[in-house]
Amino acid sequence: MQDGPNLPLLCPGKVVPSPRVSKDADPRRFGFETRMVHAGHIPDAVTGARAVPIYQTTSFVFDDTEQAAQLFELKQYGNIYSRISNPTTAVLEERLASLEGATGGLATASGMAAQLVTFLALLQPGDEIVASSQLYGGSITQLVHTLRKFSIGVRFVDPSNLGEWEAAITPKVKALYGETIGNPRGAVLDIARVAALASANGMPLIVDSTMATPALCRPIEHGATIVVHSATKFIGGHGTALGGVLLDSGKFDFSRYPSIAAPSPAYHDLRFYDTFGHYGFLMKARAETLRDTGACLSPFNAFLLIQGLETLSLRMERQSASALQVARFLEGHPAVAWVAYAGLPSHPDHSLAARYLPKGAGAVFSFGLKAASGEEGRAAGRKFIEALQLFSHLANIGDVRSLVIHPASTTHQQLTDEELAKGGVSPELIRLSIGLENVEDLLWDLEQALPAP
Amino acid sequence: MGPGTGAACAITLNSALTPEQQRIYQDPLVIQRLIRDTRTVAIVGLSSDPQRASWFVASYLKKEGYRIIPVNPKADRILGEKAYRDLAAIPGAVDMVDVFRPAAECLEIARQAVAIKAKSLWLQLKLVNIEAAEYAAKSGLTVVLDRCVKMEHARYFGRLHWAGMNTEIISARKARLA
Repeated sequence: MQDGPNLPLLCPGKVVPSPRVSKDADPRRFGFETRMVHAGHIPDAVTGARAVPIYQTTSFVFDDTEQAAQLFELKQYGNIYSRISNPTTAVLEERLASLEGATGGLATASGMAAQLVTFLALLQPGDEIVASSQLYGGSITQLVHTLRKFSIGVRFVDPSNLGEWEAAITPKVKALYGETIGNPRGAVLDIARVAALASANGMPLIVDSTMATPALCRPIEHGATIVVHSATKFIGGHGTALGGVLLDSGKFDFSRYPSIAAPSPAYHDLRFYDTFGHYGFLMKARAETLRDTGACLSPFNAFLLIQGLETLSLRMERQSASALQVARFLEGHPAVAWVAYAGLPSHPDHSLAARYLPKGAGAVFSFGLKAASGEEGRAAGRKFIEALQLFSHLANIGDVRSLVIHPASTTHQQLTDEELAKGGVSPELIRLSIGLENVEDLLWDLEQALPAP
Repeated sequence: MGPGTGAACAITLNSALTPEQQRIYQDPLVIQRLIRDTRTVAIVGLSSDPQRASWFVASYLKKEGYRIIPVNPKADRILGEKAYRDLAAIPGAVDMVDVFRPAAECLEIARQAVAIKAKSLWLQLKLVNIEAAEYAAKSGLTVVLDRCVKMEHARYFGRLHWAGMNTEIISARKARLA
């Protein structure tokens, strides 16, 4: 090797940086919108393709047997098999990491997979999680029933009550979990206070920020360690692809977490935290947990989610503004009993929203029809949903089209009455996700579908 | 894919240094120049255990074509290369001294690096000793603190990106072939 380092030759993966234009300028910190369209993707040296190419391939050819062995031992960074990493998926991962201010990311098949991979990478049998009771129904069933099969327990607390969080922390508890904006009642997590509590107890705060996206709130800036998303929602925005991502701040000391720090029997006794430092958690989650669960994102879905991500801040600002307008309209409507939108002064977390969500409280909220108790209430809700012309009745949020659903009979159906009550899901509750339609048209649709006063 | 300009943007994450110290000891332009110009790297504290971080870095650098020189008084050979008890025992010229020893030992290592006329001193991730850094810098060495050579090489060669990590490199310019 007398001729020195392998300087790159005709291989798009091995490239050297072009020189900077001005050597005097201070390095630039690029803004959110710039990173939304550029982070994680450099036009490749061979084709110069401007759009992100779709690497629709299962596997990647090795340079030689030595390189193959080094890749499998994690001694080189590189692509082996798309269940573990893929160059298109990597663009989505790095772009979201950049937008959240994370050290890196790992994309998964869905938001549920992102949560599961996070928990399985971090926790051991016997560990427990303290979680907000104001969670998406699917998250509650995953925590209660699926994690129980791995001997991982969960305790739910009222997210607005710091004393409850504190009281629930026992020596078995290894992580705190909440949603930036709770689904469906819009509870806003006091991220900084819960993160400080987590930090004081030497454990990470994991935040599901699906409803906020990094355009409205970046939990890591407030002290969260790990952020998870269902990218299916606002990140994609178009309702064409499922996907999820988990992102690590890179600031948490995992040395007391055996799953990350101790010699791993599933990887030749590798100590991920010792070897990869601030990348340790993510390397473990990728090389072991994603490898073994198989919950990987398809490269085509990664491509679709990237197309959505490029307009994220524009959509979030417009959809949040429209949501506020719709929420105000409903609050003033005689047929409506209540509206739960943190953007309204009537919401108990309005001041938290002003602090954590200054650009808008998101585009999802719920409301209840008046005189709607018991069977009569359910019937009124059914009649309202079936009279809507523009709102699509389906089980999703975050689409550019406006959506409506009755959670008690759908998304939160598997929960017990007690869990429903704790999660704030009353029988008459109707959830809206406001899209990009003309807001006057949305108000027209709601007016004609609501019961006449 | 790989990087474009890179050096135009700030690389700020995962450092214990102050912004001012980062400007001095983690300048992306300086790091890129070191990665391109360095040929021989003496690795002080290179372990003979293949699962240690130092072994990961050394095997990576060797694969990338750098000449690595293990400095470890308890080993004869590591990664097929003869190991030396200290920097002074190395017979030929050394471009970079890369350090995997506790911060308290770094001033003495900096003195040895100056004595053997190394061109740069690089203290690995989480390793900060400002006295050692200032001593080496005053003697004309380029100094990097609290960074990993492997991560930085991988950052500018596109590989850190493949692992889903935030390289912080933002550029619309076509990546360039050497």
